[in-house]
Amino acid sequence: MDATFFLNVTSAGLLTGLVYGLMALGLSVIFGVMRVVNFAHGDMMVVAMYAAFLLFTKLGIQPVPALPLVAGGLFVLGYLLQRLVINRFLGATEHIQFLLLLSIAIIITNGVLMVFGPDARNIQLDASFESYSVGPLVLDKVRVIAAITAGGVAALLWAFFRYTTTGTAIRACADNPVGARVVGLNVEQLYAVTFGIGAACVGAAGCLLLLLVDVHPHLSSDYTLLGFIIVILGGLGSLGGALLGGILVGLSEALSGVLIAPSLKSMFSFGLLILVLLLRPQGILGKKP
Amino acid sequence: MSDNATIPSALHALTRRQFTAAAGAGALAASIGLPARSARAATPLKLGVLLPRSGHLALIGQACQRGAEIGLPMLRDLGYTIELMNADTESNPDVGRTQAEKLIREGAHMLMGCFDSATTLAVAGVAEQKGIPFVVNIAAEPKLTEQGFKYTFRNFPSAGMLGKGGLLLYKDMFAASGVTPKTAVLLHINDSFGMGMLAGINALMPKLDLPFQIVETIAYDPKARDLSIEVAKAKAAKADFVMTVTRLNDAILLVREMVKQQVDTMGITSPGSPGMYDKQFLKALGKYADFCSVNIPWFDPKQDMAGVLQKTFEKAYPDESCDLNVGFSFEGVLIAADAHKRAGSTDAAALTEALRATNLANRVMLGGAIKFEANGQNMNLKSAVVQNLGGKPTVVLPTESAEAKLVFPAPAFKSRG
Amino acid sequence: MSAAALLSGRGPRLLLALLAALVAAPLGVGDYALSILIAVLLQAYLGMSWNVMMGFAGQFSLGHALYVGLGAYASGTLFVHFGTSPWIGMLAGMAVSAAVGSVIGLLGFRFKVMGVYFALLTIAFAEFTRVLFDHWGWVGASSGLVLPVTNRASDDLWLLRGSPTMFYYLILAMTVGGFLFSRSLLMRRIGYYWQAIRENEDAADALGIPVFRCKMIAVAVSAAMTSIGGMFIAFFSNNLFPESIFSMHRSLELILGPIIGGVGTLFGPILGAVLLTAMGEAFTLMGETIGIDGVKQIAYGVCLLVILILKPGGVWPWLRTRFGLDGGGK
Repeated sequence: MDATFFLNVTSAGLLTGLVYGLMALGLSVIFGVMRVVNFAHGDMMVVAMYAAFLLFTKLGIQPVPALPLVAGGLFVLGYLLQRLVINRFLGATEHIQFLLLLSIAIIITNGVLMVFGPDARNIQLDASFESYSVGPLVLDKVRVIAAITAGGVAALLWAFFRYTTTGTAIRACADNPVGARVVGLNVEQLYAVTFGIGAACVGAAGCLLLLLVDVHPHLSSDYTLLGFIIVILGGLGSLGGALLGGILVGLSEALSGVLIAPSLKSMFSFGLLILVLLLRPQGILGKKP
Repeated sequence: MSDNATIPSALHALTRRQFTAAAGAGALAASIGLPARSARAATPLKLGVLLPRSGHLALIGQACQRGAEIGLPMLRDLGYTIELMNADTESNPDVGRTQAEKLIREGAHMLMGCFDSATTLAVAGVAEQKGIPFVVNIAAEPKLTEQGFKYTFRNFPSAGMLGKGGLLLYKDMFAASGVTPKTAVLLHINDSFGMGMLAGINALMPKLDLPFQIVETIAYDPKARDLSIEVAKAKAAKADFVMTVTRLNDAILLVREMVKQQVDTMGITSPGSPGMYDKQFLKALGKYADFCSVNIPWFDPKQDMAGVLQKTFEKAYPDESCDLNVGFSFEGVLIAADAHKRAGSTDAAALTEALRATNLANRVMLGGAIKFEANGQNMNLKSAVVQNLGGKPTVVLPTESAEAKLVFPAPAFKSRG
Repeated sequence: MSAAALLSGRGPRLLLALLAALVAAPLGVGDYALSILIAVLLQAYLGMSWNVMMGFAGQFSLGHALYVGLGAYASGTLFVHFGTSPWIGMLAGMAVSAAVGSVIGLLGFRFKVMGVYFALLTIAFAEFTRVLFDHWGWVGASSGLVLPVTNRASDDLWLLRGSPTMFYYLILAMTVGGFLFSRSLLMRRIGYYWQAIRENEDAADALGIPVFRCKMIAVAVSAAMTSIGGMFIAFFSNNLFPESIFSMHRSLELILGPIIGGVGTLFGPILGAVLLTAMGEAFTLMGETIGIDGVKQIAYGVCLLVILILKPGGVWPWLRTRFGLDGGGK
């Protein structure tokens, strides 16, 4: 195995990792603000993937231009879900919250199954089979597009939390919900917006992932789990952490696949998760709780 | 309640018309060895059909279900009396077990199923405990016929047989094309089926005196969403051709990734696994699906029944592929119906005896008459090389059954218009 | 508590009636109903085992499939390779599970991994083990481990080969045993310590309760109990695949019963198992009538959601106060 080969594998892992990171951002935002662990995360993403699939097959809109539409749709879904259901469980114990989101997940996955059937669907772009050759490197075209877009969306999100009033208010809620209420912020409203933003991130990631993988209803639990691994690696509630975690998982999957055995690569991810949980439970970039 | 299958009457009519047009009911019935107006057995056979119609195997389970149902009007015309009692195993062995018990309680005289090895083993256990005969339509798990089950009959090759039949065909492929590669890279799914095949291949490679060596074996996770790393590794092995053991989705991922990474070898072949002949695969990959080949048990073009079945199927389900899932599920029902006819009763012991004495020369798949060994395995099963040509799975070998000539080595991906 | 006190009140009397009905059940029902009852009791038993850790001591595990799998594989491989009796295999499985549980507990509690993080740690260990078993040839790797099945006339209790009725009584005995054991745990000092930790760990620590040791005991006991369920599954189903026995799906299913029934109560896991199985069966019937994939699961999900919104504490605590069934179960 030569250096070119490693370079190729590493760059593919890096690019996929960025998209993973975007997906995990949604989970991280919701947990960071509300302390709710969204166990329906992968299911929301599958919904987004199917939405992007429909937009492409019915209206001919490619996933990247479809991204704002899908993200917008998921925002509304997330907002309503928080307003109507999740809000009344904010103070509940973890296992109750868990079961709540699990039932939502069951409903979503099987709703998707009912509408689309069990088949794997994929979309065929002209770019699907193309790749860029940079010297000895062969870069998959759609992977490059997906990674760049993911980076862009993450930057937008960062700017939102940093520079807008709503973003600042949400951060205030996260730091001190009681204080936020005291200074007159509408915490319920902000929570719903946060959940919407989290869902929108997942929606954006779903559009991009559709470029890379085939969608079928049973993907959801895999992605929920993957999302957890990533945010815990990076630090729940930390934006940079989620991206870093995504890249780490992308790279570790790629390299362990090459160095050990491809079928063992998920074990490697779980091993990494266990290590981080034990050595740095708050995650690599997380703050001490 | 299990929903007793009823074929829509329109389909029935269509099938009958098609059937008559194709061969003439009498002629075909005669070729099957039964006069069309022969006395019907007093009570119809209730066959419990257990298939994974939902869950992750739903796609294949539904294909099998179509295969089981499509032939019913045809079988009735031939004088068989059979009713299907359908149950969904939800791709879950535990559900399969309880559903089998439920079917037996509701009066099933015989069971058929179940496609996936885990569920089939679970159901075989129930059949054994209850003393109810069980016909396996598809499942390659070797243990099914190694456990000493007395009530399980399998009309599908075990992983070892599948691997052996498939590997031997490589010699024919090289002889037909005049090109003999020296090295191969094997990519296989790491599940019960993939591991069974791998064990078979590893055991047989030294014995069969094949001209090539497997230089690298790459296992991948059944849940893999993306096979770029696996393919990169395969590319790095620089082998002459690729061998795969896949299911469906991973076959699509694998070949698409090979196109992206420009892994041009002499060909992408499989010694015997689903995936590359499936309609989904052809649709998803278009021109890149061409020239992939699979060595699997396939329809016998020389059997009249096969032609009728394929035509009937294509008419009823123009969007679905009439593949081996359909063929073997149809044969499963045929075997059950035939045993019932000869047994002349629905008694479990009589049915089991009749199954053991099965000798069905008229069938739809390759290999000769269906007969069961003492362990319940039908040894008369033969693989063909099925290559995708012009967007259609085509039998290219053995020569006597070939519909077209094998293309090997395959043209490079980039050169395909 | 004296025997007389134990038998007073509506709750215990109802419980005894239920037990009598369950003991007599194989005489009156067919094999299919029996297999449903087996499924209910198995879920109840596993739920009770999880309940010890979560309900009593407040430690949230989402990876209990790990202990089911270890119990199943320990007894299964010993039987397949050496013909060892499952009863000996069961002890081995309990030991292994308790040890693995202790390691997870030790790491988790020492490093202060708590709440959701602890739950995710348990998932990670279960999934890690699943992939490990998928690659371990001696236990059959991903091709699975198959226990020999024979059609025998009589039941062999020592090797656990036999009829569904034998397995029914076995799981019934396990469930009753699990219930009584849980009950006795709650009445001991350790039970009170656990509940104190569950309510407020810092306060418990301040009171001088050996928090760490108590939590370790909870994990080990719960893991060992769960592994007996694994042994049952191995010998009842006769084939094991890492994919299904260690699956996250199993972990999730396992905890639904106690949460719906009432976490931390003695009777909650049993009631939850009954409710969930009844729901599952009803919706299977409905799904078959409608004939669309997924309807069953959607209805199931909606039901879970409704129960959760109406009775977030579980159904049993509500039933108990509503109908005055105190005395037998907490």
